[in-house]
Amino acid sequence: MASKSINSLSRRSLLSLGAAATAGILSRPASAQARLATKARIVIVGAGAAGLASASRLVQRLDGAAITLIDARKAHFYQPGFTLVAAGLKPKDYAISQTRDYIPAGATLIEDSVAAFEPEQNRVKTTGGQTIPYDFLIVATGLQLDYGAISGMETGLIGKNGIGSVYAGPEAAEATWREMARFTDTGGVGLFHRPDTEMKCAGAPLKYAFITDDRLRRAGTRGKTELIYAAQNKALFSVPIVSEKVRMLFQDRNVRMVHDHVMTAIDPGRKIATFRTPAGSQEIRYDFVNVIPPMRAPKAVRESALAWQTGAFAADGWMEVDMKTLRHKRFPNVFGVGDVAGVPKGKTAASVKWQVPVAVDHLVASLSGGTSSEAYNGYTSCPLITRIGRAMLVEFDYENNLTPSFPGIIAPLEELWISWVMKEIALKPTYLAMLRGQA
Amino acid sequence: MKQLDPMVFVVVFQEMLGPLFWPLIAFILVGALALLVVLIRDGGVHSRRLIRAELIGLLGGFAAVALMMWVTASSPGDLLGGPIDWLLTIAIWVAGVIGATMVAYVGLSLIVRDNSDHSRAFRR
Ligand SMILES: Cc1cc2nc3c(=O)[nH]c(=O)nc-3n(C[C@H](O)[C@H](O)[C@H](O)COP(=O)(O)OP(=O)(O)OC[C@H]3O[C@@H](n4cnc5c(N)ncnc54)[C@H](O)[C@@H]3O)c2cc1C
Repeated sequence: MASKSINSLSRRSLLSLGAAATAGILSRPASAQARLATKARIVIVGAGAAGLASASRLVQRLDGAAITLIDARKAHFYQPGFTLVAAGLKPKDYAISQTRDYIPAGATLIEDSVAAFEPEQNRVKTTGGQTIPYDFLIVATGLQLDYGAISGMETGLIGKNGIGSVYAGPEAAEATWREMARFTDTGGVGLFHRPDTEMKCAGAPLKYAFITDDRLRRAGTRGKTELIYAAQNKALFSVPIVSEKVRMLFQDRNVRMVHDHVMTAIDPGRKIATFRTPAGSQEIRYDFVNVIPPMRAPKAVRESALAWQTGAFAADGWMEVDMKTLRHKRFPNVFGVGDVAGVPKGKTAASVKWQVPVAVDHLVASLSGGTSSEAYNGYTSCPLITRIGRAMLVEFDYENNLTPSFPGIIAPLEELWISWVMKEIALKPTYLAMLRGQA
Repeated sequence: MKQLDPMVFVVVFQEMLGPLFWPLIAFILVGALALLVVLIRDGGVHSRRLIRAELIGLLGGFAAVALMMWVTASSPGDLLGGPIDWLLTIAIWVAGVIGATMVAYVGLSLIVRDNSDHSRAFRR
């Protein structure tokens, strides 16, 4: 009797473990269905995380469709790896692979970039001069880093004179590590900030402040440094409960926080960054800075009819899609997935994993003349590294709810080794499996 | 839609281990098979050999934890983040102990095969 109840108990906890795993990062969002025969022409612009995952899923769902990916970039970047490269834990090659290696059989890649979207005519025009018509379009161009919007800043400065920038690419991430390593010898003022635009992986600026703090402590030079985090508004993170936790951690690590600071200019010679604040322009001197530029939709999207025309997302040209279905609000045969989508949250690779199956399901339903009930809830995830060896597995949705993948097992707001282990060894394999439509 | 699919774990492990995936699976299968063969050959568990294997296995547990720490650039203090971290550490250690014990048992059995008379003398 006793052993039976123990048995059923452990079975139940096993089942709930299984249920937990279905919710989040390790589960497979859509089950395999019979392939739909179609001759539809589907064009996917951008072969990054969202574009490749979309192509893989479409190939699985459709039989006979002409699926074309358009992207001029030959290299594929595993961008969440940039943080580890800039922490001095991985070589830059960790984040670099080849786009071609992920193109599923049944899809073709055009190595060109789209210069103009013409949704009224159901076609795109490439820089190389091709006009490509489509029946359905998936826009997955990611976003554009606008370094030029910070006066005095350009990517050529990264890795010199105390300037780092984790975002600009694998080389920049490695150059940032070199500058940070130098800073851990000399000490001084370390300056961290974020832009006041939408941004991908909003946890990344915080992570890098924590990692630098840890590196300084390990080097024994934390005593002769001051770390400053300049937030763009009154919060440190868009999810209030996470923001408050980060505030406590920054206080614990002796990171000085200033608010309502938006970087407008940088003077590499004098090592001074200028911020727009409610009290006017403020200067902060630095010895090391992690510059994170404003982010916008790529020019071709921004300047097209696909962009939001009014509202908060219009200024930076994010795509006007429905936040649940990712279908364009005015052009129903167009979808926007990944960073380019003009939705309140979701600019992470983990979000892509949940957005793509939803958009694909709606597209396939349209092809078969049916409807889909799939909806994206804003799932966004960001393993917030708080020191090398510890992280918080922060997952949330549109409503600022925490949506832990392993409720009751992995606490989202605790600095845990298990969360770090997942970031270190499980996220890249999961990401690659996602590109192949297998996760 | 959202149902548990064990294939995802297999796929993720495959991506994680890359070219090591299939050799590792083969090693595990061959190891398990070898253990079975040895057990059948000897007509049971050789207790003295098992104790030796277990001693080696204990070391294997520590080696597994050390390997995990090395792969993830972690330090000992990181393992104490919370109860789930202790459990993870113990799980890695136990997996290391079991794996190393099995390998050691098979290894010892193969080494002492030639003078099986001698080994039989110790059997209880
Ligand atoms: C430093 C850093 C840390 C991060 N950390 C995490 C993390 O811990 N967890 C997480 O989940 N996510 C993280 N991310 C975010 C994640 O990498 C992105 O959200 C994800 O890559 C978005 O995928 P995407 O396909 O929308 O864009 P991308 O992967 O950037 O791909 C966009 C593609 O579109 C192409 N393209 C652009 N314009 C055009 C055009 N006009 N024509 C044709 N092609 C075009 C580009 O060449 C590119 O290949 C991080 C990102 C950075 C930079």
